[in-house]
Amino acid sequence: MAAIFQGVGAAAPLSSSPSNSFDSNKSVFSPPRSFSVVRSDGIVNLNPKGRSAQRLISNAVATKADSPAASSSSKPGHELLLFEALQEGLEEEMERDPRVCVMGEDVGHYGGSYKVTKGLAKRFGDLRVLDTPIAENSFTGMGIGAAMTGLRPVIEGMNMGFLLLAFNQISNNCGMLHYTSGGQFTIPVVIRGPGGVGRQLGAEHSQRLESYFQSIPGIQMVACSTPYNAKGLMKAAIRSENPVILFEHVLLYNLKERIPDEDYICNLEEAEMVRPGEHVTILTYSRMRYHVMQAAKTLVNKGYDPEVIDIRSLKPFDLHTIGNSVKKTHRVLIVEECMRTGGIGASLTAAITENFNDYLDAPIMCLSSQDVPTPYAGTLEEVTVVQPAQIVTAVEQLCQ
Amino acid sequence: MGRMGFSPKHACLTDEKDPNRQKITNLTSCLLVSCQLNLHCEVRPPFSSKFPLPFFPSLPIGTKATKMSTAFSAANFSTQSFPLNHTSTTSHDSPLVFAKPTSQFLRSTRKLRLSSSSKLNLNRRSGTVVAVSDVVKQKKSKSTPTLLITKEEGLELYEDMVLGRAFEDMCAQMYYRGKMFGFVHLYNGQEAVSTGFIKLLKQQDSVVSTYRDHVHALSKGVPARAVMSELFGKTTGCCRGQGGSMHMFSREHNLLGGFAFIGEGIPVATGAAFTSKYKREVLKEADCDHVTLAFFGDGTCNNGQFFECLNMAALWKLPIVFVVENNLWAIGMSHLRSTSDPQIYKKGPAFGMPGIHVDGMDVLKVREVAKEAIGRARRGEGPTLVECETYRFRGHSLADPDELRDPAEKAHYAARDPITALKKYLTENNLASDAELKAIDKKIDEVVEDAVEFADESPVPPRSQLLENVFADPKGFGIGPDGRYRCEDPKFTEGTAHV
Repeated sequence: MAAIFQGVGAAAPLSSSPSNSFDSNKSVFSPPRSFSVVRSDGIVNLNPKGRSAQRLISNAVATKADSPAASSSSKPGHELLLFEALQEGLEEEMERDPRVCVMGEDVGHYGGSYKVTKGLAKRFGDLRVLDTPIAENSFTGMGIGAAMTGLRPVIEGMNMGFLLLAFNQISNNCGMLHYTSGGQFTIPVVIRGPGGVGRQLGAEHSQRLESYFQSIPGIQMVACSTPYNAKGLMKAAIRSENPVILFEHVLLYNLKERIPDEDYICNLEEAEMVRPGEHVTILTYSRMRYHVMQAAKTLVNKGYDPEVIDIRSLKPFDLHTIGNSVKKTHRVLIVEECMRTGGIGASLTAAITENFNDYLDAPIMCLSSQDVPTPYAGTLEEVTVVQPAQIVTAVEQLCQ
Repeated sequence: MGRMGFSPKHACLTDEKDPNRQKITNLTSCLLVSCQLNLHCEVRPPFSSKFPLPFFPSLPIGTKATKMSTAFSAANFSTQSFPLNHTSTTSHDSPLVFAKPTSQFLRSTRKLRLSSSSKLNLNRRSGTVVAVSDVVKQKKSKSTPTLLITKEEGLELYEDMVLGRAFEDMCAQMYYRGKMFGFVHLYNGQEAVSTGFIKLLKQQDSVVSTYRDHVHALSKGVPARAVMSELFGKTTGCCRGQGGSMHMFSREHNLLGGFAFIGEGIPVATGAAFTSKYKREVLKEADCDHVTLAFFGDGTCNNGQFFECLNMAALWKLPIVFVVENNLWAIGMSHLRSTSDPQIYKKGPAFGMPGIHVDGMDVLKVREVAKEAIGRARRGEGPTLVECETYRFRGHSLADPDELRDPAEKAHYAARDPITALKKYLTENNLASDAELKAIDKKIDEVVEDAVEFADESPVPPRSQLLENVFADPKGFGIGPDGRYRCEDPKFTEGTAHV
């Protein structure tokens, strides 16, 4: 399995964290601490300030040797893991605006099943970080009612798949109420949670709900993939007046990165240029970004120059960034974890064909997960999702 | 020992402060404010056997064990925290459990019960109920008659109910004339519930309704013009014509909808109540005591969202009142055919809140119960479940041929028309003269006519309105290929942009 994150397993996310020195009372402005390094096969963004100025790290796997050098104290910012970045973003927004509250299962005393809300209940109280009973449909609806009457709830689905139970409220009320009320009521909720294929979590805990929610009019969907954009998107989503669904990935919570100390947000509608290139545009999001970057390593060695874009905004698509890339490279490969049928890739293929057909030299290739309920067995699970080797083959095919 | 639900201390029906308030003994022939008895209540002596109290025989089907569940008592209202887990099976000890089951209501219902070949079982109630009238008959004979409402209140209630009725009748006319389309669900017959509850609210209190929401909107204060325009699909409607009959919203009047799927508004109401509590406890707006009312029907009481919200509301003591408008029918599905235990009020105590059953055709009874329930919520004592027994005179919607309901049942309830009953009460107690009431009728007719005229003359929504309210922040439509946000595209404001 290409993605190796130490200690990550949905079974015991709290106890197996590599960050043993994590201080549960950490405040927002703690100085950089030394963590045990997480081996990741993803890119670590060393220049988080400007999207346009991102550098390619040729060694896509961050090793122990790299990090201490990279985290020299003269560099601004602080290092943290992705779930801490989410927590930081959430905490900062809760400080900034007393109407921001959190509701979900086990978000309060337990600290969240992935520790995203750890320590918040102690700090802000049980009403602001509300432990709900197991009633997704109703507490999502409750969050929507609270949003209509002035609060700004962040609703957590313990696993994104559980939000299937809340589909009624998300589709009918979250998406539609602003419209059917003639604009009288806004629903500034953030619905977030971990989704995606984890490590042998079984079919029901490995769902990709972005494909089901994408048709709902009136909502925005974003997917985070690095600590930097996780915090930025979390903050932007909370500040947005629209209902936003923030997709996190179970396997990305322990990614480590250095992020700025100052306040920043990531634009909800923009895509992120991960690696500029010339030969082919690879569009991806969430965890597949790391598979793509690993494949990119191989491709670079083979002489290709892929342009990798993390689309981040799943609905609506950032057709400007994508379009500019298509106009440059004329070849598009979409790599996603969604199912083949009706996934984000399918919509993206349609959108690109509609808007940029003239610029394409080859049909768009879309690599998605198999239309299979994710099997438990590790070997089978591995082949349900897209692997770097397939990405390499696809690029080679595309660039013939 | 049990105290009746409305005791002197409680000042519900016997208002010691105002000797002019009279008990509603003669309002209608049906006496049903029923409270379940509680082990912790005190008996209120004396009870004379001269006044037979109504007692509904229990349904034979498996309800025995739950016949007397935890109750709603006056004593518990203001002083004690509500005990969450007591189940009473010994209520028969209480002298208030009556020797002889008699009930004018039930008697008349039994007359309507057809031969055994009929599938309809009109015996809809079981368990012990208590009549308000008999509680207070004692007092009545001693003191001068005291009224439940003042003249102004009476006229206000009358006007509101007549507005509801006239408006709905006009809706039917307009529908058949092709001025409005789709699903239109009329509220005829249920006005007492809407008026009885909503007229006690302040502007900042919230109301959440279902698809049968025209009259809730009117009672809450949304102008008839705005509602009629919305029904006609005009841009001057309360939701700019975008919602329609089933989606009435008003920010100004705190009407939070209008929902097409049943049960879907109950969590929203719970959320509004949560906000009220949050404002008081987190944002420290100490005087925030806004109450939310959630209206829904008998069919909804079998839905998961109902139970989930009862749990959460009781758990966090949210300031909400769950009002069940039990009109016995969910389109063509009789409540008795779809519900294992048809006594919905019993489901409240199962979650730790009082459950009350009230005659929903009697606006004064509804109002008294509402006062108590809303008062409880305002004081921070938590939610209440109120089951209003009511009836819709028309079909489920204007598309419903309404063939399943027994004409005798319809006639029975038509005889208990809440507007006629209130009229009788007002005139018999010299609170209003026939002339005054007729003047109100006329005034309402004019209001409704004016509403129709206004709606007719209003413009239809222009094409440019199509995309305006999809997002509160239109940046949500994203960035177009040219790098600009789509909402900046001129075609967007024309409503012709492809998004």
